[in-house]
Amino acid sequence: MTDLTDLGVAAIRSGVASGEFTAVEVAEAFNANVAAAQDALNAFIVATPEKAIEAAQAVDAMRARGEPLGKMGGVPIGMKDLFATAGVQTTAASHMLEGFVPQYESTVSAKLWEAGAGMLGKLNLDQFAMGSSNETSFFGNVVSPWKRNDGGNAALAPGGSSGGSSAAIAARLCPAATGTDTGGSIRQPAAFTGITGIKPTYGRCSRWGVVAFASSLDQAGPMARDVTDCAIMLEAMAGFDPKDSTSLDLPVPEWEAGLNADLTGKTVGIPREYRMDGMDADVLKSWEDGIAWLKDAGAKIVDISLPHTRYALPAYYIIAPAEASSNLARYDGVRYGLRDLPEGAGLQDMYAATREAGFGAEVKRRILIGTYVLSAGYYDAYYTQAQKVRTLIARDFEAAFEQCDVIVAPTAPSAAFALGENIDDPLSMYLNDVFAVPASLAGLPAMSVPAGLNREGLPLGLQVIGRAFDEQGVLNAGLAIEQRAGFTARPAKWW
Amino acid sequence: MSVDTATVAKIASLARIKLGAAEVEAMVPELNGILAWVEQLGEVDVTGVEPMTAVIPNTLRLRDDVIDADPLTGGGIRDKVLANAPAAEHGFYGVPKVIE
Amino acid sequence: MSDSTYRIQGATGEWEVVIGLEVHAQVTSNSKLFSGAATQFGAEPNAQVSLVDAAMPGMLPVLNKECIRQAVRTGMAIDAQINTWSRFDRKNYFYADLPQGYQISQLYHPLVGEGSLTVDADEKAGIPEAKVIGIERIHVEQDAGKLMHDQHPTMSYVDLNRSGVALMEIVSRPDMRSPAEAGAYVAKLRQILRYVGSCDGNMDQGSMRCDVNVSVRKPGDEFGTRTETKNVNSVRFVMATIEHEASRQVDVLESGGKIVQETRLFDPTTGTTRSMRSKEDAHDYRYFPDPDLLPLVLDGAFLEDCRNSLPELPDAKRARYEGELGLSAYNAAVLTADVETARWFELLLGETATAQGKQPADVAKQAANWLISELFGALNKLGKDLETSPVSPSAGAELLALVGKGTISGSIAKQVLEKMLETGDGAAAIVEREGLKQESDTGAIEAKVDDILAANADKVEQYRGGKEALFGFFVGQTMKAMQGKANPQVVNEILKVKLG
Ligand SMILES: [Mg+2]
Ligand SMILES: [Zn+2]
Repeated sequence: MTDLTDLGVAAIRSGVASGEFTAVEVAEAFNANVAAAQDALNAFIVATPEKAIEAAQAVDAMRARGEPLGKMGGVPIGMKDLFATAGVQTTAASHMLEGFVPQYESTVSAKLWEAGAGMLGKLNLDQFAMGSSNETSFFGNVVSPWKRNDGGNAALAPGGSSGGSSAAIAARLCPAATGTDTGGSIRQPAAFTGITGIKPTYGRCSRWGVVAFASSLDQAGPMARDVTDCAIMLEAMAGFDPKDSTSLDLPVPEWEAGLNADLTGKTVGIPREYRMDGMDADVLKSWEDGIAWLKDAGAKIVDISLPHTRYALPAYYIIAPAEASSNLARYDGVRYGLRDLPEGAGLQDMYAATREAGFGAEVKRRILIGTYVLSAGYYDAYYTQAQKVRTLIARDFEAAFEQCDVIVAPTAPSAAFALGENIDDPLSMYLNDVFAVPASLAGLPAMSVPAGLNREGLPLGLQVIGRAFDEQGVLNAGLAIEQRAGFTARPAKWW
Repeated sequence: MSVDTATVAKIASLARIKLGAAEVEAMVPELNGILAWVEQLGEVDVTGVEPMTAVIPNTLRLRDDVIDADPLTGGGIRDKVLANAPAAEHGFYGVPKVIE
Repeated sequence: MSDSTYRIQGATGEWEVVIGLEVHAQVTSNSKLFSGAATQFGAEPNAQVSLVDAAMPGMLPVLNKECIRQAVRTGMAIDAQINTWSRFDRKNYFYADLPQGYQISQLYHPLVGEGSLTVDADEKAGIPEAKVIGIERIHVEQDAGKLMHDQHPTMSYVDLNRSGVALMEIVSRPDMRSPAEAGAYVAKLRQILRYVGSCDGNMDQGSMRCDVNVSVRKPGDEFGTRTETKNVNSVRFVMATIEHEASRQVDVLESGGKIVQETRLFDPTTGTTRSMRSKEDAHDYRYFPDPDLLPLVLDGAFLEDCRNSLPELPDAKRARYEGELGLSAYNAAVLTADVETARWFELLLGETATAQGKQPADVAKQAANWLISELFGALNKLGKDLETSPVSPSAGAELLALVGKGTISGSIAKQVLEKMLETGDGAAAIVEREGLKQESDTGAIEAKVDDILAANADKVEQYRGGKEALFGFFVGQTMKAMQGKANPQVVNEILKVKLG
């Protein structure tokens, strides 16, 4: 019998539906993997095996009654610990929210449960989703299941902030997981771990019940082993939510049914500004491979220009911290979460002590930057200027999409780096998201698909960016790459 | 623009994050490094460019004025809003005494 | 524009006071500005708090249409510019009554721009001429929660019921120059808000609170440094705040000190203001557009609906009462002072006209006089007002019709009103039951007049000799003999004939 944990979303769903195996068997298999890997990978903050079983039993019972199963019927998933889950601790990987048990369910997670998915547990992440390596989690960093082929044993970063999600999928602890992407937090970890992830158009997935980092950028999306699984799961997650003012009031397209890897008649743009000096040769090579595959799929390739690319990252590092400094003001020790009340402290002392004790170093750094750029006298020079540059970046994409249907570029400038390698240098850490951030600033759908391995045997990802609302175009180009890349590599099990 | 220890201390106080003198000291070069880097934005000619207001062009939806139309955004759930409170008494949140 | 001559006499000469007001008016709505929780006054602590109002992680604001409609209607009522493109900003600061750590407000692009209102002349109050007070803007924002300091020895208690309730902040220009003008401005604004229905104006329930900005200067000088006294909640206290704050500032300046721009608190028990410790913090609110909300764009149909639903406003109504209805300036002012009084009067007027088959203008004086000089006084004695009046407008109209048709006299009407208030019965029934119908039968009256003239032959002599003031005596005697039920007009006519 096949190992059920080798199956993806589509395969599990059809196996459960056809009665080849039960949803409970699937949940039990993944529960076992989760438990066995926890000490080594630290991918979960809390495991919820009973939740997974409970949901699986419900699906099996529905099947027994002959009822139709949902889009995710019988598929157990991991939930990034940024989504509020009713009755289950939700921490954003911060000491600030340790022990916080929401009395509500995020819209996205509720939709997934409604679609028949079950929860294996809450996945680790960078604290408040701030980070690109998962090293800022209060609950310890996630370790990537991948190792370099150099015989060394360096522990590698799974990427971030959705690093628990990426590591868990790559290590077969779950077939799919939720991620959130503010400046690359789905795509970069997907690229680092050889999996697939898509950030839809801003507003496709409700932000209600998702712990906010930077509201104008945050977008939830699926992470899974392949493009089809992402399409299935995105359909289950997306949809209009009247509780989120920025939610798109549009019907959810049938992305899974619309999948088509034939790109005849489509034009793929290759942005020249993404070809940077001193770029990693393997990354460059995978990009060339990707271009060849897309040609092979029938697409016309054109050179395009996104002139303001180099300003995207600095603009992002003004806008995101500014929004974060305000979004995180609610963590004050009054209504929930940590309270640090030193002897004799007044209210304002309590705030300062609580926030000192509750937030990690990177969170504090970003709150301070955000506070500074918004403060009196600096607002226009920093924040207004950044939002103007953001307008120019969005216009770059608009102009480019007059010449092409999708844009293809590397997801990240390098393969996974070792844990600890960048932690003392915030700037070099930020540069990891140089290719991911422009699409975030413009709110565009973008995905990462595995393209191959580098010379160290580590996965590299290719990024597909589409027009607003054109997730289908992105998924289709991703599928064309996936079919030709034939990426089957997986980390050797060492945990 | 660059920050000094006094500015960092002021920002930390505005942000209500208690920082010791050594932490403030350590934060100064870090913030200056980041600020110097983001300041390259000043090179961009933004003449006539409006700051972005909505990333996907869209305007605000207005909801009808109905009480508790959706239990998830309605009131009457005192137990739920107090459930995670570090200090709650007689239906109130408790904080250290404030003198106005 | 005429400035009042209100001056503070200092040791170094006269000082002028400059006043600007920020009025926070609670928008009348069922639910909160950005959540579905109720807004009703007086609920149990934290009973009207949603997950959104408590700023739980991941909660998001969704704007209440009614709050925007009411703010736009208010803007229209003060002839203000309505901005069809506006947006919400976050004002960031930490306080226990502010769960998000920021207040959603509007700084950069408020919903309502420049407008004005006119404060009426009031010689007695020290406002020699009507004065236009500029209104800079109205923006919409969230209210904060409430802190209770006296329930526990070491803790303050937080109630978030008010947190997220919609407020309009109505910001005046620094156009006022005396406590009287400021008081009149607040009263006028309250009157307009109540007419529009956008705020109930209940100042004792906190539905209207004023931030009072005061500075002083030597007449003709530049504006001085101002202080802001927060949350003053009655017209009287606004005036007291200004008086105290102005003279305090004069004292400080004359003794060589400087005014610090600061936030102060008014203490009603002492009538003084003091610096607010909790707001000592440097004011750096780090305003920026709320990324959870999109630009608010209003279309023509929405504005049209707002405009069409505006009632007749107090100034227009008063002018109409004087012009079309022929009421005195005083009566018109009294009847339009409050929207409820005007509403009651108009119901009475309509019913009275119908009952007597006349045009409203023909019975307006009768109705106005009766309401102001009879009903108000009678209700006052009972400790009641129009809202709790046992006599309805239609019952009043029935009474007035009896007078208008000559069925009872004015003095009998007073008795009937008393009975109506006592019993709740209708005027006609009371008149019938108590036999109060007016006698218009000339024969019966003539017989009584003859008796009286015969019994007072001496006075008849004097009257005919030129002492015409005695006419009233004969009328009185006749009325008395008729037990007040004689039609006074008929009595007059008969007496005139008989006395020659
Ligand atoms: Mg104010
Ligand atoms: Zn205000």
